Amino acid sequence: MGTSFAICRRELRAYFTTPLAYVFIVIFVAMNGATAFFFGGLFDRGQADMTSLFSMLPWLYLFLIPAVAMRLWAEERKSGTLELLMTLPVSTLAAVFGKFLAAWIFAGIALALTFPVWLTVNWLGDPDNGIIMASYVGGLLLAGSYLSIGGFVSALTKNQVIAFVVGAAVIFLFMMSSLDLILSAFRGWAPVFLVEVVQSLSFLVHYDSIVRGVIDIRDLIFYFSIIGVFLFANVVIVDQKRGA
Amino acid sequence: MSGLLEVNGLTKRFGEFTAVDGIDFSVGRGEVLGFLGPNGAGKTTAMRMVTGYLPPTAGTATVAGFDVRTQAIEVKRRVGYLPEGAPLYDDMTPSELLAFVSDVRGISGAARKQAIERSAERINIGHVMHQPIGTLSKGYKRRVGIAQAILHDPDVLILDEPTDGLDPNQKHEVRNLINEMATDKVIVISTHILEEVDVVCTRAIVIAAGKIVADGTPQELEARSSYHNAVSLRAAALPASLTGKLESLSGVAKIEAGSAENGQSTITIFPVGGAAILDPVSACLKEAGVAAEEIHVERGRLDEVFRNVTRTA
Repeated sequence: MGTSFAICRRELRAYFTTPLAYVFIVIFVAMNGATAFFFGGLFDRGQADMTSLFSMLPWLYLFLIPAVAMRLWAEERKSGTLELLMTLPVSTLAAVFGKFLAAWIFAGIALALTFPVWLTVNWLGDPDNGIIMASYVGGLLLAGSYLSIGGFVSALTKNQVIAFVVGAAVIFLFMMSSLDLILSAFRGWAPVFLVEVVQSLSFLVHYDSIVRGVIDIRDLIFYFSIIGVFLFANVVIVDQKRGA
Repeated sequence: MSGLLEVNGLTKRFGEFTAVDGIDFSVGRGEVLGFLGPNGAGKTTAMRMVTGYLPPTAGTATVAGFDVRTQAIEVKRRVGYLPEGAPLYDDMTPSELLAFVSDVRGISGAARKQAIERSAERINIGHVMHQPIGTLSKGYKRRVGIAQAILHDPDVLILDEPTDGLDPNQKHEVRNLINEMATDKVIVISTHILEEVDVVCTRAIVIAAGKIVADGTPQELEARSSYHNAVSLRAAALPASLTGKLESLSGVAKIEAGSAENGQSTITIFPVGGAAILDPVSACLKEAGVAAEEIHVERGRLDEVFRNVTRTA
């Protein structure tokens, strides 16, 4: 466990010693504001809440989170530092977890920096802060599950651009799995329960219920299962790629 | 048998290609093993298996009795490793990198500070400790790589081309460092610089096409050279009859004329089967009235041995 935290600290420091962190945070916060105001109509809705921000969040994350996750393993493999890291007394699981945790903390910091919007709605009106808290939890879980997918894809390649594009595509499929776009591909041949399984994998369905203020244990289980499965797959790929 | 580092039947196949083909060796404390071979012979792959980076296809390596296949973490605790090309995190400073490696190796508090200072001092990188690694020269990067390998004072030190990219002074320093540390450790270095073998290694293993083709002390390897105990001499004037006289001596295999410079000629007299021929040769020279400017007995040439054993494999 200690090695995980050592890796996590190193990764976090790497975010902030390179321009990556600042560029990401500035763009994330600015785009959050912009989308909330222009597309979400934060003011026009005439309601003191943050629904407009949180309804755009899955779409912002769709391309911003793969940008954070793409470097996790692809960069290490490309620069050869993977060999340095994996010949230190570190288990693959500890390395995968440490890197994931750092990325998640980083995404959390960026999300927390949207707090001026929260201050604004509190100043202008009287929002339900319980719902806003739940929404932040939902946003964090969404970021974690996107990151676990992005990290897994990053372990498959040494090319960060491929990691980004494929990562975003896989996340998009998971987002869309409750919509006809994906479901119609299954309806023709798959049994009903499989269609329902696919439908239940949708990030949006689980996210929407949390953002409405209902933190259901099933939604938590869903997100942590997704994270667990992809971290496990990440471990397998890192081990397997070394053996090849 | 009970070396600190044991390698048994270590094999690595990548698909159809066999990179390392059943190598065995055992190294004990105090030995500095030079791992030689042409590029692509399997040196790096073998080192990657011993350090637990690549899983072997067959066979195994053990460090202090821990099997790298099943107890990789224990092996990694006891091994310091400089990977080929010294890959490092470019965005960190040497000081941060060494702190990170200490954390992962479970060295903390005062011990951490001491370990970092000691290894930075030993490898002489004190004055670049706070510059990003990405901005350092190749020689410094290599030394930072060595610093992280020796940080925890490991029992087994494995260095893949430690002097590659260093200038002659830096090479000298690194070789001194290896000699200093050699007494209580196993040190394995891969290199293609043959002079290094003479200077730092107590033993050399030559591998070619994944197999061990020679294993012995540098002296033993030199003895396999046709130059072993050959006599080279340089003189202002060599009478034409001398060659014939020398050739007729018993124990002389052949004579090769070397280059002529500044009016002086050189010749090399090769013995049969590496026998000592200095006495009969110098007697013969005296008889012929030749005044040699320089005369010396060759120890043997590693590069010739290297070419012979790696070409036939």
